[in-house]
Amino acid sequence: MKKVLQGNEAIARGAWEAGVTVAAAYPGTPSSEILAEIAGYKEIIAQWSPNEKVAVEVASGASIAGARALACMKHVGMNVAADPFMTLAYTGIKGGFVIVVADDPNVHSSQNEQDSRNWARFAKVPMLEPGDAAECKDFTKMAFEISEQFDTPVLLKGETRVCHSDSLVELTERQESKIALGLDAKEASKYVMVPANVRVRRKAIEERMRELEAYADVFSRNVMEINDPEVGVITAGAAYMYTKEVFPNYSYLKLGMVWPLPKTLIAEFFRKVKKVIVVEELDPFLETEIRALGYNVFHGKDVIPNMFELSPEIVAKSLLGGDYKEPEVRVSLDDLPKRPPNMCAGCPHRALFYALKKLGAFVFGDIGCYTLAFAPPLQALHTTVCMGASIGQAYGAGKALGKEGLGKVCAVLGDSTFLHGGIGPVMDTVYNKGYSTTIILDNRTTGMTGLQEHAGTGYTLKGEPANMVDYEALVRSLGVKNIRKVDPYKVKETMEVIKEEMERDDVSVVITTNGPCMLHRREKRGFEHPFYAVDADACRGCKICLELGCPAISWVASEGETRDGKKRKGVVSINRSQCPGCGLCVQVCKFESIKAGA
Amino acid sequence: MNKNGKTTNIFLSGVGGQGTILASNILAEIFLKAGYDVKKAEVHGMAQRGGDVTTHFRFGKKVYSPLIKYGDVDFLLSFEELEALRYINWVKPEGKILINRQQIFPPAVSLGNMAYPGDAEKTFKKYFKDNIRMIDGQGVAKQLGNAQAANVVLVGAFSNFFPDVKETAWIDAIKGLLAPKLHDLNVKAFYEGRKAL
Repeated sequence: MKKVLQGNEAIARGAWEAGVTVAAAYPGTPSSEILAEIAGYKEIIAQWSPNEKVAVEVASGASIAGARALACMKHVGMNVAADPFMTLAYTGIKGGFVIVVADDPNVHSSQNEQDSRNWARFAKVPMLEPGDAAECKDFTKMAFEISEQFDTPVLLKGETRVCHSDSLVELTERQESKIALGLDAKEASKYVMVPANVRVRRKAIEERMRELEAYADVFSRNVMEINDPEVGVITAGAAYMYTKEVFPNYSYLKLGMVWPLPKTLIAEFFRKVKKVIVVEELDPFLETEIRALGYNVFHGKDVIPNMFELSPEIVAKSLLGGDYKEPEVRVSLDDLPKRPPNMCAGCPHRALFYALKKLGAFVFGDIGCYTLAFAPPLQALHTTVCMGASIGQAYGAGKALGKEGLGKVCAVLGDSTFLHGGIGPVMDTVYNKGYSTTIILDNRTTGMTGLQEHAGTGYTLKGEPANMVDYEALVRSLGVKNIRKVDPYKVKETMEVIKEEMERDDVSVVITTNGPCMLHRREKRGFEHPFYAVDADACRGCKICLELGCPAISWVASEGETRDGKKRKGVVSINRSQCPGCGLCVQVCKFESIKAGA
Repeated sequence: MNKNGKTTNIFLSGVGGQGTILASNILAEIFLKAGYDVKKAEVHGMAQRGGDVTTHFRFGKKVYSPLIKYGDVDFLLSFEELEALRYINWVKPEGKILINRQQIFPPAVSLGNMAYPGDAEKTFKKYFKDNIRMIDGQGVAKQLGNAQAANVVLVGAFSNFFPDVKETAWIDAIKGLLAPKLHDLNVKAFYEGRKAL
């Protein structure tokens, strides 16, 4: 049966068909849908882990017990998971063990742009790179075979245009793994990475790489298509799809396995075509390796951009040069207002960041929807690096500034981000006698990636009730004495609490209450009124409410006067269908022009 | 659809929450059933809501790229006027366009810093003559009692661009993708949209 599946759904299907029984991940764009989809298969134990490192450890433990296991993450998740990953390359596996790492070329939704193929070379493990949903499913299954055949973790590289594109997939049935479940203490020397054992495994890795190189030459998805003998392209994944689309008559060597490289196949390709071009996204990964083998690459990163994503027109423009014909420009994009992402109407983050802005705080920020507080009109967040970084950075800044920094510095991060990487730095701040204030925006979910559960929500990925982390008790046990709760929708009180804590020469944690994500249906929030409306005869057009950046509030230009004769250049208007009645604008308005609706 | 076996490119644009994804799923279902290879790429911004949303949808004998090449769009279906203008340069000179008469203000306009760009219909007419059609999807859907069905009204109007596809194929696709309790409303919405052009 054929079905249209998204790349991520196809990876999930591939895992199911391959007989996977354990899967773990931390959500991250563009990989999040894989586990959400896997959760629907009853044969697979699927879980959200607090972070990618834990997810990889969970999956590898399952593998040592003989299960076929999967861990999934976005590219930066691999930085977190790198510690177990780099050594799991030494221990190898028992049940097939595959890690999906999904890149985000063009940085659609990430804090950096990194090329995950480098991990394969770095760790000396094989990597497969699918180019569409059908390949996502097939390659996932093959990855498990390769993992078991060569006793290695296998990387499966996704990326935005593969993970988030749909295409036709042929579905087949699930086949259970042939490996028996069980632990064998006699295998300890393979899994205990002390120097004497490491040296043995170190040699095994080199032997494995030699075997994998030979396998790459016969791997059925490293495919040579000889068409035009003049020009040939070595490429993989989405880059192949774009190039083949634009230059269907060129010859191709399409690599399904991007590490290690098939040296014999490459030699054959160079014999069969005159000019060889390497088309790849981001780093010159294939190109550098092919050049190192001594080949003359006709074109590579001299014409193909080494940053952002490729597309059919970028490939065409790069390879055609002056012969590329630009389509007619009918409207200049510079003349059109942009539509950047924004916090939802009623979002608790908007209220909290408005308070921080009023306090003039330097805000060490983190990864989540609240990063949008950086943008105008709020402009109330001043750093964003990686999950959990805000706390350590705020602490470090406080150490550097000494008493001068009191009352000026705080760290802000979401509940899911706090559980991912925030516990260690809070402990550090207490232990080393810092004074920073950490604000946990508890919106009861992992908001930005699409409302995934976590250890603080009380539910598992499969929707079963579960333990709910008590943030207050947790940070108290780390040694935090000053723990405050605030309702972010009460701006004045929130400001008072945060000011007090920022001025305190001790560690503080402020936790928001009544602030679930606006898209979260399960969680209740207490708003007094269903919506608000502007009293158009009272509004003076001061625009102060527009500084909130609420999508429900807009400016209507029209010269006129208020009821009491004050001249104005326009009024604001609240879109009733968008306003959830959070009441933030009411607290900001100085002229009592915003009234409760009923 | 296309006599010389070439791939047909459909571009959908709108604002998050407008229902573009259901519309593209209906298209995928139809052309898959008709025996074509199909590919679809959804592109959305960072936050959950409010950013612009686009879908590249392609069908043909064998489709490679999930992304349409800039300038190669055969059909543009836009759910919002500004989001139609943003992609006007993507459309082939002989391309066909359907635009929903709706203006959703982006922040720069809400804040009074920029004007909402003027008449999309006029700009498109200048380049595409009679190949541009407008429809008030919300208006039609509201008459049916539910503005949420505007996306299917648009699909109904858009279906006129594909005379080779049977009416029943559209209805089957809509029913296949929606819960039974939504069938009546959306089938009506489809027919109203189909009549409206």
